[in-house]
Amino acid sequence: MNKLQKPIFEKSRKGKIGYSFSPTEFSDDLITIDKKKLREDIKDFPQLSEVEVVRHYTNLAQLNHSVDSGFYPLGSCTMKYNPKINEKIANFEEFSTHPYSPHKFVEGNLEIITTFEEWLKKITAMAAFTLTPSAGAHGEITGMMIIKKYLSSKGDPRKTILIPDSAHGTNPSSAHFAGYEIIEIPSNKDGIIDVETLKEYLNEDVAALMMTNPNTLGIFEKNICKISEILHKNGSLLYMDGANMNAFMGIARPGDLGVDVLHLNLHKTFSTPHGGGGPGSGPVGVASYLIKYLPTPIVYKKDNNYFVKYHEEKSIGRVKNFYGNFLVIVKALTYLMSIGKEYIRKVAEDAVLNANYIRKSLEPFLELPYKSKTLHEVVFSDNNLNVTTLDIAKSLLDYGIHPFTIYFPLIVHGAMMIEPTETESKETIDEFIDVMKKILEKAKNDPEYIKGAPYTTPVSRLDEVLAARKHILKWENLGE
Amino acid sequence: MRYFPLTDSEREEIKNFLGIKDTKELFSDIPKDKSYFSMNDIPSALTEDQLLIKFRELAKKNKYSNYLSFLGAGSYNHFIPEVVNYLISKGELSTPYTPYQAEVSQGSLQGMFEYQTMITMLTGMDVSNSSLYDGGTAAAEGVLLALRKSKKNRILIASNLHPEYIEIIHTYIQNLNFEAKFIEFDKETGKIDLNQLKEKTYENCGGFIFQSPNFLGVIEETKTISDITHSKEIFSIQVTAEAMSLAFLTPAAENGVDIIVGEAQSFGIPIGFGGPYLGFIGAKKEFLRQMPGRIVGQTVDTKGRKGYVLTLSTREQHIKREKATSNICSNQALCALRAAIYLSTMGQKGLKEISKTNHLNTAYFVKEASKLSNINIKYKKDFYNEVVLEIKNNKVEDFIAKLEEKNIIAGVPLKYFYSDFENSILINFTEIHKKKDIDKLINAIGETE
Repeated sequence: MNKLQKPIFEKSRKGKIGYSFSPTEFSDDLITIDKKKLREDIKDFPQLSEVEVVRHYTNLAQLNHSVDSGFYPLGSCTMKYNPKINEKIANFEEFSTHPYSPHKFVEGNLEIITTFEEWLKKITAMAAFTLTPSAGAHGEITGMMIIKKYLSSKGDPRKTILIPDSAHGTNPSSAHFAGYEIIEIPSNKDGIIDVETLKEYLNEDVAALMMTNPNTLGIFEKNICKISEILHKNGSLLYMDGANMNAFMGIARPGDLGVDVLHLNLHKTFSTPHGGGGPGSGPVGVASYLIKYLPTPIVYKKDNNYFVKYHEEKSIGRVKNFYGNFLVIVKALTYLMSIGKEYIRKVAEDAVLNANYIRKSLEPFLELPYKSKTLHEVVFSDNNLNVTTLDIAKSLLDYGIHPFTIYFPLIVHGAMMIEPTETESKETIDEFIDVMKKILEKAKNDPEYIKGAPYTTPVSRLDEVLAARKHILKWENLGE
Repeated sequence: MRYFPLTDSEREEIKNFLGIKDTKELFSDIPKDKSYFSMNDIPSALTEDQLLIKFRELAKKNKYSNYLSFLGAGSYNHFIPEVVNYLISKGELSTPYTPYQAEVSQGSLQGMFEYQTMITMLTGMDVSNSSLYDGGTAAAEGVLLALRKSKKNRILIASNLHPEYIEIIHTYIQNLNFEAKFIEFDKETGKIDLNQLKEKTYENCGGFIFQSPNFLGVIEETKTISDITHSKEIFSIQVTAEAMSLAFLTPAAENGVDIIVGEAQSFGIPIGFGGPYLGFIGAKKEFLRQMPGRIVGQTVDTKGRKGYVLTLSTREQHIKREKATSNICSNQALCALRAAIYLSTMGQKGLKEISKTNHLNTAYFVKEASKLSNINIKYKKDFYNEVVLEIKNNKVEDFIAKLEEKNIIAGVPLKYFYSDFENSILINFTEIHKKKDIDKLINAIGETE
């Protein structure tokens, strides 16, 4: 079908009812609030029957590409399959309790929180975690605040954070909102942080290096132990952005590699659905000397009882209401328990096998600017093509494949960042490779065709310039 | 294992193609002495039936659902129509990423555009974004927005703003050389002390952030507050932690509010032990270019068909990096879609009815419980769906324990948050409470003598 839908407000008709709920048992006479404080009707608010609501959103759903419908090799986003049992378990009614319930009535939930933290500690070798941050960027700012608080408490406040030029935009932004100045350091020709270059940037103002590992080129920062050592010698910390943890979960542990602060993305490595842009969850792990700076509340287990600490003298304070995105944590714990020690390592192994398979298959056709070993994702450039990365991305849409991440990292011209994950079959990946070859072949003979893509999607290329100029950001009633 | 489609022979095939013997070779950039750690203390994989048994055991350890609960304070148990749960569980809605490729994301994008529209309709504000993490972080973003726009470095905070929200604001501003000052509330009315607001002046102040209905359940004099803040040339920032009140009370824009932020969990999102929830923000259009987070805009495709895209991205971290208006990337998109589906289902009539029922249930309790001699309802004027109960003859712990014996969780003890509310609890009524539930509570309170 894939039919575009009128705005729901235009489907609305006065007097239609979509809900059923027992009417109030009391009369309006009980209202003592001054009438001036009460509102009139909500102008133009939807009025639909239940079936019309169902059809509107079902039809909207059909306009989306999703992991459930097809291949989604969006680099650095780890669009792996989202297991359905996770959803079922997170929907258990007993888990949906009030966050201010007396602890004795929610021991199951407190056990889930502490159990999940234990799993993360085992996988990462970090000493403790906070599970409250809502997303990756929220974890980053939390981690930066922990570093800031620790250094200030030591009487050694420092001003700057070093960030490689291949970093995701949230890194500098999160560091900025934690009160830091950002200094960008260049990657070397192998696409990684160069130890000698790093040394040149180190001084007494450097609070930390914020390193994504493997980085956004899909390359492992192989000097990480050395880097950690020279940072520590300089009184600086090593922050690891674990957005790409899928590449080596079960192979090595950040804590063993000298990482002081780490964030993970449960909506990437730990299989919780991304929801079209959240809710995610971004737990932050720290080395033992930083535990007292973790945000509140802190859930802990002692003698088989569960406790929650709401205040802690050195803590950075609260970053989020209640206990974080709890139901996302339930899904991630279900996932870890379902893969267990037998398959944790398999995640990275298959993800990296698939990425390397794509790399070697497409290398004859596309420029590969960095030749270092590929882990979970590979980044090609559109150099020497007569179409752009955007054109290729839009052409993929016609084959029912979601494009890779485009134009990122910024250090690669026309970057195509491809991350297949471990949950794709060889047939799917073969098909993707074939489609890529077809598109590149077509681009040679008929570039105009590729530049006009997509042809089969519900809408064709959209005018983003117009959107940014016109600012139509809500539906308005322009009359019938 | 069911999540790994590669077969062993395909793995061999790929390894041969790559010219490697062992998968370990792919990981040779990882320091050898640090890789392939022991998995001995990691538990074994559970099969799907074992997972269900395991989590049912955990679920049984939660006794909460055996109780009649009147807990609120920023998390509200409302009725959720089944269509909301049904529609939101569609994989086409829950398993995409942020809609970067608009041509194959019109479902998510139109859903967000309609959500933005509904927030502006409910609040009367000019613009909304497509979501923030939750009420507390939305409050912090509201403060940062006001300070960015005003180019000032001080914020005034109402001391009856949700204590967790105050903590989060503090966490966010502590490293940015911003300073917070407080306006006290009147212990007699529960409302902000307007004289203090009028008289106190602070240099370099960019805004006043207050909650209505406030943490004690009282509806503030929002219009007067905005008039005062504007006379002092600072922005008025309203926080609403109970979004259900938006359908009952005068919209923020009509009261002259510049920015409204808050928690929209009440719109079809389960209480879920505190998350995921939904932060919302609405503002006057002059704030548009300083707004945090994703915003969806309407445009046309090459054939002139109406479509939707993420827009105004020059505010955002992926373009502006450290100069972005916020570091937010993934937000709460699916929760916003949940809210949009809920609001579409309830519609004009349902939302207004339910919102009023919340108030009427509370009003009935206030009227009947006022007859009891062992408690005192502190703020009987201008409550919405929460009230403060002062316990006279019992310690708050004993009072709560006595109600628990009757399978009632009475409310949130305020001494957790305020030193001078030693013997009070905050109690919430929504549409899920029936008259018989409220009567049961009143009888149980009466019997606590």
